[in-house]
Order: sequence, then structure tokens, then C-alpha cells
Amino acid sequence: MKEHIVIRTVVKVFIPFIQLFALYVIAHGELGPGGGFQGGVIFGASIILYVIVFGIEDGRKRISEKMSDILSSTGVLIYAGIGVLCLFVGGAYLEYGSLPLGGYKIANSLGMYGIEIGVGITVAAVMISIFFEMARHDEYD
Amino acid sequence: MDLILLFFLVVCALAAVFMKDLLSATIVLVAYSLIMALVWMRLNAVDVAFTEAAVGAGITTVLIIATLSRTERMEADAGGRKGYFMRLVPIVVVVAICGVLVYGTMDMPDFGDPEAPAHQHVADRYIEKAYHETASENFVTAVLANYRGYDTLGETVVIFTAGLGVLLLLRRRRR
Repeated sequence: MKEHIVIRTVVKVFIPFIQLFALYVIAHGELGPGGGFQGGVIFGASIILYVIVFGIEDGRKRISEKMSDILSSTGVLIYAGIGVLCLFVGGAYLEYGSLPLGGYKIANSLGMYGIEIGVGITVAAVMISIFFEMARHDEYD
Repeated sequence: MDLILLFFLVVCALAAVFMKDLLSATIVLVAYSLIMALVWMRLNAVDVAFTEAAVGAGITTVLIIATLSRTERMEADAGGRKGYFMRLVPIVVVVAICGVLVYGTMDMPDFGDPEAPAHQHVADRYIEKAYHETASENFVTAVLANYRGYDTLGETVVIFTAGLGVLLLLRRRRR
């Protein structure tokens, strides 16, 4: 799709806004509809849009294999890590209220925020990896 | 309004099943997913509608089209006597299961009934205490991330495992 200059220009302008919207959806999961899962899917879709318009090699230069692999496990690590952190400070697993962040309510809210970020990272990275693997042509085909 | 949406839902589903061109069937499934998101909105389930629109009309379409690029575009034709049998048995099974499900829903309580068993035990506590305990105004997110945090952890691990499975199957190192 490199020849279609209208599509290229529009997509180049739009992708930062789509990613900003995805981050907005993740961050405002507690105030409105949304949350980690939806924001992660939108973020993954923005990167997939970039790969569709600009080609797989260009997309791989932006997000290498190593990076998408590491990112997909980082999200689960963040989620489970927050749970274990709650164990260290004396509460139950995933009981964010016992974290020393300034009160039961604030700690709950910040803990939820942290795990939504973890979910968003994993979902986005997994969508990107699956799309790259499906769309790739290697010499075995 | 609900009946119009349901009618279009059935039309989209039948169209997607009867089409031979799998690419067109995928696009019809996008329309199905969009109408499904509208149905969720009518049922006041906003988070679910958001997820359905994002995942159903966005990501699964892209992934299915990417998969179709690796296989055939037209559905293979099964003709003759074996084809007739292959088309008859699924119809019978699906109609039987559909009949059983409809019979099961006749006994369900009314939609939004406050006396329904699903609204009795913990739902009241979640609705009353969600803002006071978690400072979040969206109690769907409070239930997902706080009261039922284990389930969301399991869901995240499932997504991660799915990605891992696809990578293991499709990624080949150059020897």
C-alpha cells in the first residue's frame, strides 16, 4: 500500500490519536466504560493498522520480535507481581488495600489502576504478535 | 427496536453461513458484531458493548482475514450424497439444542427483576460498597479488577497462553 499517498498520510496522522484514545480508555477504566482489556485491544489495533498500510518489514523495524515477546509477558508479570507485593506487606494475595499507599480506598484504587495497565500491555502485545505471525510470508510457503 | 435488531442479527448469521466466499462472510460477521454491540447497549451493558465492538468488529476480523490469506478464499464444495449428509446432521443437532435452550429460558425470571436469584447475595454489597471501598465509580471495573481480581488474572494468562501457542506453532527459525 505504499503507493496510496492519501491512505499513508491519513494513517500517519491518525495513529497517534488512536493510541492516545487507547491510553485514555485504560486510564479511565474506573470512571467510565472501558478498562484494561478494551484499551489494550485498541492499542494493538493501531499498530496492526500501521503494519497493514506500511508493510511488514517496516512494522518489524518498529516493533521487533524480541520487543513484542517481552511485552506480552511483562503485562502478566506486572499483574502477578502486584499480587505478590501485597503478600510482602502482609495482606492476602491481590489484596491491594494493605499496600502502604495512603489509606484503604486509595490503595485499592491504585492497585486496580496498576493491574489494568498490566492487562492492557499483555493484550496489545499478544494481538500484535499474532497478527505478525499470521501475516508473515516466509520461504516455506 | 429490539425485534428489528434481533431480526438483523439472524439475517447476518444466516448470510454468513450460506456464503461461499469466506472474505464476504467475514465482513458480514463484522456487521453481526456491530449489531450485537447495539444489543448490549440496549441491555445497558456498556463495558460489554465496548469490548464487543473493539474485539469483534476490529481484531477478530483482521486476524481472520490474515488467516484467510494463508489458506483458500472460497469454501470447499462438498457435493453428492456425502455432502447431503454432512449438511443434514448439523442442522438437526443445532435445531435440537436451540429448542432445549429456548425451553430453558422460559423459566428464567424477568429481565431486571430485583427478586431474581442473581441479584440477591453479593450484587447488593458490590453496588453499595464499590465506591466506598475502591474509589471507582464504574462498578463493573471494580468487580473485575478488585472483587474478582483472580478471574481477571486468569483471563490475562489465557490471552498470554494463546499468543504463546500461536508463536510456537507458526514461528520457524531459519536453520
